[in-house]
Amino acid sequence: MTELSYIRNFSIVAHIDHGKSTLADRLIQLTGTVAERDMKEQLLDAMDIERERGITIKANTVRIEYPAKDGHTYVLNLIDTPGHVDFAYEVSRSMRAVEGSLLVVDASQGVEAQTLANVYTAMEADHEIVPVLNKVDLPAAEPERVREQIEDVIGIEAHDAVQISAKTGLGIPDVLEAIVKRLPPPHSGERDAPLKAMLVDSKYDSYLGVIVIVRIIDGVLRKGDRIRMMKTGGTYDVDDVGVYRPAMTAVEELGPGEIGYLNASIKQVRDTRVGDTITTEKKGTAEALPGFKPSVPVVFCGLFPVDANDFNDMRDAMEKLALNDASFTFEMETSAALGFGFRCGFLGLLHLEVVRDRLEREYDIDLITTAPSVIYHVYQRDGTMSELHNPADMPDPATIDHVEEPRIKATILVPDEYLGDVLKLCQERRGIQMDLTYAGSRAMVVYDLPLNEVVFDFYDRLKSVTKGYASFDYQMIGYRQDFLVKMSVLVNDEPVDALAMMVHRDRAEGRGRAMCEKLKELIPRHMFKIPIQAAIGGRVIARETLSAMRKDVTAKCYGGDASRKRKLLDKQKAGKKKMRQFGKVEIPQEAFINALKMDS
Amino acid sequence: MIENWQRAGFGIYVHWPFCQAKCPYCDFNSHVAAHIDQDRWLAAYRAEIARWARRCPDRTVSSVFFGGGTPSMMEPRVTAGILDAIAAAWPMSNAPEITLEANPTSVEAERFRGYRNAGVNRVSMGIQALDDGDLKRLGRLHDADEARRAFDTARATFDRCSFDLIYARQDQTLEGWRLELTEALGMAADHLSLYQLTIEPGTAFHARFSQGGLKGLPDEDLSADLYELTQALCEDAGLPAYEVSNHAATEDRSRHNLIYWSGGDYVGIGPGAHGRIGAGSARHATVAPSAPGRWLADVEAGQTIWDDAPLPVHDQYAEYLMMALRITEGAERQRLDELNTNWISSFQDMVENDFIELTEDRVRVTRAGRPVLNGVLRNLLA
Repeated sequence: MTELSYIRNFSIVAHIDHGKSTLADRLIQLTGTVAERDMKEQLLDAMDIERERGITIKANTVRIEYPAKDGHTYVLNLIDTPGHVDFAYEVSRSMRAVEGSLLVVDASQGVEAQTLANVYTAMEADHEIVPVLNKVDLPAAEPERVREQIEDVIGIEAHDAVQISAKTGLGIPDVLEAIVKRLPPPHSGERDAPLKAMLVDSKYDSYLGVIVIVRIIDGVLRKGDRIRMMKTGGTYDVDDVGVYRPAMTAVEELGPGEIGYLNASIKQVRDTRVGDTITTEKKGTAEALPGFKPSVPVVFCGLFPVDANDFNDMRDAMEKLALNDASFTFEMETSAALGFGFRCGFLGLLHLEVVRDRLEREYDIDLITTAPSVIYHVYQRDGTMSELHNPADMPDPATIDHVEEPRIKATILVPDEYLGDVLKLCQERRGIQMDLTYAGSRAMVVYDLPLNEVVFDFYDRLKSVTKGYASFDYQMIGYRQDFLVKMSVLVNDEPVDALAMMVHRDRAEGRGRAMCEKLKELIPRHMFKIPIQAAIGGRVIARETLSAMRKDVTAKCYGGDASRKRKLLDKQKAGKKKMRQFGKVEIPQEAFINALKMDS
Repeated sequence: MIENWQRAGFGIYVHWPFCQAKCPYCDFNSHVAAHIDQDRWLAAYRAEIARWARRCPDRTVSSVFFGGGTPSMMEPRVTAGILDAIAAAWPMSNAPEITLEANPTSVEAERFRGYRNAGVNRVSMGIQALDDGDLKRLGRLHDADEARRAFDTARATFDRCSFDLIYARQDQTLEGWRLELTEALGMAADHLSLYQLTIEPGTAFHARFSQGGLKGLPDEDLSADLYELTQALCEDAGLPAYEVSNHAATEDRSRHNLIYWSGGDYVGIGPGAHGRIGAGSARHATVAPSAPGRWLADVEAGQTIWDDAPLPVHDQYAEYLMMALRITEGAERQRLDELNTNWISSFQDMVENDFIELTEDRVRVTRAGRPVLNGVLRNLLA
């Protein structure tokens, strides 16, 4: 137990690639928290996918002991939060668990939209914020300009921003001193009060069960305590409490202001909701922490095994993944085209991709992903409303009064030379401009956009029209009525339900044409010609014909080639397993997702 | 049971693994060496011939094929030594076909008489193109005029002459190919091998192609048109296709290559050389190590413990179909019966769509099926 005045709890706010993980590594390294021989890059990102993509999905924490220049040793608790908009709620909870933030900005790149969103979250949590300019050693670094930008765009003092290079280690001691001197200790904390702790995040460990990251507000958490989750109501006996250094290290107790973990033989992550309040079962606090929200999926898609025999393995894998991810939902779905699979719900597109990647890689299951969809509100003529998660379930149009769709407020920061392209993209996606302001040579564009226009490839398109210089963030703003219809796709005269999608009536012809053209490219030529059509109800709105194969023959094949060419044929046969058979037509698995990508 | 290997003849393939320079499209086992000790190589080839003669006694050699690499870098006395060793190891048929692949340069043309005296009676020349710009792009060391002259020398020297052209090249038009092939057909070869350029993995072209280079290669429709034009021009000139890419009148077909395509037996001698040896209903696939140094060392040490395994019956079936459907004669129904009692049911779809035709004793790819043979095979073997 450490006195409050010697505790500093903080997070690091940064855009992807601006050096958050590297800075965390340096802080851990410089304080000798990890022996030199155990250092590896991105210590805090535990999952392969996190390391590989440079993203953080789960909150992590590390306790660093730092002997400051004032002669005292401080306990610094870093919470490394997810940075992506998909995990905005989780970020907001992590922010509430600490009192200050380091705002890391790449001195050669400047402030990005994602940074903006997260720094506002930190400000909402009343953080003290210390700006840190990273990569000042790069020739392209413009610390002065970026300092001004932080002041103009974010509106915080930046004249004493710490200048560092996390890569070379330059300035790291200054960061440690700034944490101690400029960030506040925990505001309050009564050791003798009833236990009140925030559930910051939790993760599933196959040996230990669910490990919960907690921030103690009041009271003391000890091994042997019987605790209660105030929202979910579950009660558990605490087997163990400890801190991350960053390896798990058991401690006697966690006191006010401290951050650490508890292990209480909890079986599923689902039982531990981020933002919940933990107290003791007896003589607990009466007052839960404010701001709890159950996480709700906003993007849905179908996931189907390429090989129908993998269905049971897939179900097992999904159950295992769900153990560690309370916001991922799934239920069985049957598609005429794809057979048995699952309709899955995600917090956003990144979340979708991460789950899909993990299923494919960690569980070795080849998947077909169908068009992501949002939740539509379908109002029937009889006055009832139903939520539509899957275009295939769209009721008979004759019974529908109107359909509402979710809208978002999108904030885009972009250098002004690309502004025109961004506005064009937003208009094409049925956007309504809400605001347009300038900060230096960058424009900040705010749009009201339908989520279904964003959910798929908006971010890819934005990156491509702005050569990667735009940054993007969004929040949900509610539902609004629009003229939405279900468009179905027929390949060789057979409807492929997995390709059905909801579109705005005015855009249906364009989408249908683009979809048919795309499929014509994506489906390999067969030995016969194949019509590809898009239709609304019984009316065909677009049509393409895929010609029959005309040329596919090995030019040279002699005695020395026999083995190799035979194996090549075998390989092509194996490749066919990655295709789905629809009547006589084989459709490659990537086609289901790539058919939706719009080139303009 | 009739042993099929006896029907199609017995061929010896000799691989010479060296080239002056590696061509960017070539994925054959070829190497560039500063110095080649030809006597040492001759001794190793002789040792291998003797070993194979012990392994496959009681055969009659119907053809020998010197391939490469560039076998025309071989000194004629080495060719003679190899052919003598073969003749000493097995009886030869009455008129064996003895082919040597040659590059059409003036240096090599000077050795043609020597090869003829050694016993070679057919040459196959890698002319590849009759356009100097394209020859450069293909990385060839000769120009079109030199090739024409070398071919004239070959024709004056050997009974039978063939040459290769590569088409479906970068920026090649139908009209351009029509002129070039017409000229080629006028050169009085008795046999032409006309290959569409294929980007093979592991080649310099493949590396460039994967990086977005090699622009202007024909799309599927143009390459189909080029193929059709090739068939028409060759037929008119009396050199119809007897295999996907090979054209000749019946009597001038390559008997050695027909062994491969009709499922016959052959022995492979030299680095990376493959063989197929039938014994009863089994059929062995053999292959020597590709690296010339390793092959030479193994042979000299008498350590030739290389891949030599019986092919599973379903692989024999796939291989036989894959090879035999390339030739106009097609596959023998009896042999298919022996390899897969149920083959006919898998042919229904392709027969109905007129890609395959069945006769009383054979199965053939139709004219419509040949340009899409890989698709036909995928369907038959699915």
